[in-house]
Amino acid sequence: MMPDLGRYAVAVLSSYGASLAMLVALVALTWWRGARVKRQLAEVEARQARATKGEP
Amino acid sequence: MSLWEYANPKKFMQVSAGVLPWMAGLTGLCLGVGLIWGFFFTPDDFRQGSTVKIIFLHVPSAMMAINAWVMMLVASLIWLVRRHHVSALAARAAAPVGLTFTAIALVTGALWGQPMWGTWWAWDPRLTAFLILALFYLGYIALWQAVEDPDTAADLTAVMCMVGSVFALLSRYAVKFWNQGLHQDSTILKVGEKDPIAPVFYVPLVVCIFGFVLLFVALVLMRTRTEIRARRLSALLARERLA
Repeated sequence: MMPDLGRYAVAVLSSYGASLAMLVALVALTWWRGARVKRQLAEVEARQARATKGEP
Repeated sequence: MSLWEYANPKKFMQVSAGVLPWMAGLTGLCLGVGLIWGFFFTPDDFRQGSTVKIIFLHVPSAMMAINAWVMMLVASLIWLVRRHHVSALAARAAAPVGLTFTAIALVTGALWGQPMWGTWWAWDPRLTAFLILALFYLGYIALWQAVEDPDTAADLTAVMCMVGSVFALLSRYAVKFWNQGLHQDSTILKVGEKDPIAPVFYVPLVVCIFGFVLLFVALVLMRTRTEIRARRLSALLARERLA
């Protein structure tokens, strides 16, 4: 299944490896920061809603 | 219905929430099909051997690195003229995505250049303009981080974006302006002309380009949503501190 890359195997595999690693890191960081900010916002909104109603 | 409705953060959040799952699915499909097709099912080039497979990463990422800056320019101009916060936040959200594409293009270009040109790097007009574009991306991201007031940061980064556009354009057209250096002119728009890219490489390349475009849009939508939430979060925290 793996194509024969001949003497350029290192160049081709490094290109794919480095690129996919950067793309996966970008997607993961985007996802992680998005989830963190969403959770923090929900917490602050809930806290302020409770404060407005006069709850502890 | 006006396009400017989407500049309303609430409307933007509603619409993007509906669009994102489809966009993510289509991105995965296009990138998966394009890259698997390109890596496993294309032959070696008679001159470049198996290094031709790098084209499926290098060309789409380089193209999107430049297009991302152009998108940031348009969004920055909208901010400067109409003061829509979503457009400023979208420009901010696009910068790390553009920087990643620029890094991929530089790394794959070096890995491709070494066996084909005999060097990892040359101070050729196109390569140099592209490297300067990468530095502009870093500066743009740093400027957003450095300025505390978000509106001032949006103003300053918009001006920086306009200046950096010179290098975004140069990295695309440098080969036409200065007919020197190692990097060739684009071949993907020359189908039908003499010596174009062969269809066996062209078709999966187009699929990969679509995949990168969709990935860019999906990531910018996700990151813009996060920026809008982060802006609201800091406003609520500021209100708490004042109370």
